[in-house]
Amino acid sequence: MKTFYKKFSERFIEGLLMLSSSITSLTVVLIVVFLFKEGIGLFNQKPVEPGYVITINKSNKVKELSSAQIKNIYDQKITHWSEVGGTHDSIVLFQLEDIGNYYSDEQIGDNMQNLSYCLNRLVDSLPNIIAFFPDKYLAKDFKGTILEVDKVSLTDFFAGKEWIPTAKPSAQLGVLPLILGTLWVSLGAILLALPLGLAAAVYMSEIANDKVRRIMKPLIELLAGIPSVVYGFFGLVIIVPLIQKTFNLPVGETGLAGSIVLGIMALPTIITISEDAMRNTPRAMKEASLALGASKWQTIYKVIIPYSISGISAGAILGIGRAIGETMAVLMVTGNAAVIPHTILAPVRTIPATIAAELGETSNGGLHYKALFALGCILFLITLFINLTVEFISNRKKHNKH
Amino acid sequence: MYKIESKNVDFFYGPSQALKNINIAIRANTVTALIGPSGCGKSTYLRLFNRMNDLIDNIKLSGQVLIEGEDIYGRGINVDSLRKNVGMVFQKANPFPKSIFENVAYGLRVNGITDKKIIEERVETSIKQVVLWEEVKDKLKKSAFELSGGQQQRLCIARALAIHPSIILMDEPTSALDPISTAKVEELIYELKTKYTIVIVTHNMQQAGRVSDRTAFFYLGELIEYDETKTLFTKPKEERTQNYITGRFG
Amino acid sequence: MINEIKITKRKKRSQAIAFWIFRLLSYSIVAILFIILSFIIFKGASVINWNFITQMPEEGMTKGGIYPAIIGTLCLVAGSMIFAFPIGVLAAIYMNEYVKDGIIKRIIKQMTNNLAGIPSIVFGLFGMSLFVNKLHFGDSILAGSLTLGLLALPVVIRTTEEALKAVDNTFRQASLGLGASKWQTTSKVVIPIAFPNIITGLILSIGRVSGETAPILFTVAAYFLPKLPTSIFDQAMALPYHLYVISTSGTNIEASRPIAYGTALVLIIIVLIANLLANGLRKYFGKKVKMN
Repeated sequence: MKTFYKKFSERFIEGLLMLSSSITSLTVVLIVVFLFKEGIGLFNQKPVEPGYVITINKSNKVKELSSAQIKNIYDQKITHWSEVGGTHDSIVLFQLEDIGNYYSDEQIGDNMQNLSYCLNRLVDSLPNIIAFFPDKYLAKDFKGTILEVDKVSLTDFFAGKEWIPTAKPSAQLGVLPLILGTLWVSLGAILLALPLGLAAAVYMSEIANDKVRRIMKPLIELLAGIPSVVYGFFGLVIIVPLIQKTFNLPVGETGLAGSIVLGIMALPTIITISEDAMRNTPRAMKEASLALGASKWQTIYKVIIPYSISGISAGAILGIGRAIGETMAVLMVTGNAAVIPHTILAPVRTIPATIAAELGETSNGGLHYKALFALGCILFLITLFINLTVEFISNRKKHNKH
Repeated sequence: MYKIESKNVDFFYGPSQALKNINIAIRANTVTALIGPSGCGKSTYLRLFNRMNDLIDNIKLSGQVLIEGEDIYGRGINVDSLRKNVGMVFQKANPFPKSIFENVAYGLRVNGITDKKIIEERVETSIKQVVLWEEVKDKLKKSAFELSGGQQQRLCIARALAIHPSIILMDEPTSALDPISTAKVEELIYELKTKYTIVIVTHNMQQAGRVSDRTAFFYLGELIEYDETKTLFTKPKEERTQNYITGRFG
Repeated sequence: MINEIKITKRKKRSQAIAFWIFRLLSYSIVAILFIILSFIIFKGASVINWNFITQMPEEGMTKGGIYPAIIGTLCLVAGSMIFAFPIGVLAAIYMNEYVKDGIIKRIIKQMTNNLAGIPSIVFGLFGMSLFVNKLHFGDSILAGSLTLGLLALPVVIRTTEEALKAVDNTFRQASLGLGASKWQTTSKVVIPIAFPNIITGLILSIGRVSGETAPILFTVAAYFLPKLPTSIFDQAMALPYHLYVISTSGTNIEASRPIAYGTALVLIIIVLIANLLANGLRKYFGKKVKMN
């Protein structure tokens, strides 16, 4: 009986342990499911707000417009129907608030009871109109054409140059500026951090004596432990004004500020991983070099660095990964302008910052909400790719060891 | 004048003494074997001659190590130049993860030789010296790791020869090799003797007998006996030497 | 010979220059750290006092204290650790003591690594869609703690695994040899030896969790809430979010700067204490184990 009990409890505990260790895998799977379910749902939606229609006169040959075209029409960048495949006439824009220009309050009625009738007549009477209004005001015998708006397409999403998710009548969901913003800021960060981090790694693993190393190691750990909001805050009150003054800019919140802050934040990752890699260079390799009369420095750059290059690149790639995924610090110092960056001295906006800044304003399950989840998917895929690359590099290294 | 001389050498790793009052004098163009059970200090002693022990923290040396009459631990000694003059071959072949050619050229490059012709010439002669040329001449650009263990070790010897040292230290150079490769390396040592002064640490007493002119027997950090190899193996003066060479311990 | 002296000189010089540059760059990193720390300590020290940490925010968060944010962060840290610590430790035990090398272990390892690499904002998205929306926890301490807990899980697992790995195998063999079962060996021998290092891992994850902002943005954090949470289904303020809010979008950013410095300093102090404690423990127990 006792052994049975013992055996049973052993089994039970092992099951419990197994369950616990499966939580991480389960979480990853759940993250994928939730993220992608919402994110992919974006491509099943139209960029026009649900409950609204875009209508044109029946005589108009145009039957379909893309979301970018709609936006350009309402921004008056497209002013003639010919530009979207119609006649040479200029476009007459109409939104619901313009109704007063055409009909008096009396005609519409106190409770808007005649609004749908008015709208119907308006669209029917103006051959070059494009009208945007809620579909509840669509008359039963509507005489115009209801425009087909394309669903959000992958090309719109990935190649679109504008990110204005709240634009009316049609949201602009181009992530190109966000992706480029993310890459710019991260690239800048790594360009700043890599030389510094590598130098520190070389110094700590090969040059400094034990005492200095023992002091520096916890300091680097501390650097890694400082919360990202604190970095963001520091960037905001020190680096941003500094940049503004130095370059005489209207605002100091720029891609450069983001790169500097992210660079500092990426340092510990780069240092720790490349230092480990260098330290793992076989002693025999160092001795062989020194025994041939090479100086310590020659040994470092001719033997140790080439030997540990895969570890160093793993550190650099992970550093980039950190930078790409970092949210708060970037959000606080980059100025968050969703435009394609042309200089590091202009405000930029990254993917994580966009999610953080906008998710609070979205309605659960709406277009904007789903668009932000799609951004989350991109972020997830980028970081997954980075992790797998690092894994691949370090595995290859293991096989190479003779 | 002796090529290498050590006078009253004591050596410490932290608090523990690894070498006790070692006095040895080595003539030029001879092969000297250092033998003894593992941990007896023979490798540590060998590494004094090119200051390889300097890499370890917390060491202390007293006494003098002279090479060509000069105290190599004295002031104004440039360690890099010393190591250029005192080549070393390690227990396990340790080629760099570079091509065969670059492995041999490495020492030349780090010592400031940039002339391509001289480098090519010296690489070729060095590889020929270790009788490896015929085996590798068509694949000089290939990674040194593609060679067999024995070939790698000969390549490492060639690498050491390329910078024209006058002394070569060998730390159990054949312990990781098969008998045929071992024989090749031993033959090589015998030939190199005409040009270089060789000090070799070995576990293998037959090897010491075959290749060396003089042999030093170390035990627990002390030099027990140092004599002509023939004498030491046939008529040792010390009982501990006798016991070791007849295989009673070690 | 003259040539050789020249070359030696050149080698020496280039080494000296290179090492000098490396030393300079390394020290500049330390300098950056000290600039950040001293700046925040210097600016924040005059703000922090007993009232600051025990009073409610006042006048649009430009006056008063940060008491509710401190309490909120404490709740979140406690909540996330109650969730992540036991699961993480159990998972690490399974990985290190039970499962053999093979495909399952590789998968779990890989997944844990992947989880560790996911950006914190993605955790925020996930926490919002699963805990807040799907499970209807709403913006709550529960949702925030679970999200933070998932984020901390890989950290706990990794540090615990390292702690377990450091336990000499002879202890296990000795215990198993006396007829103890696997769990008895693990719980009575392995864990007690690894315990200090496991606790070190716990402390470090507390440091990490207390400063995380992105995961709590949409799962728990309240912009301004001048009362303390009464249940796990309440919203709460939190230190990092508070710092973010008052330094970027408060009602009067300039007026609330001192509060921001104070909040940043409190965060830094938490991280400092966690690091010092972890290092201290490591050193203390490291020595003790060596002496045995």
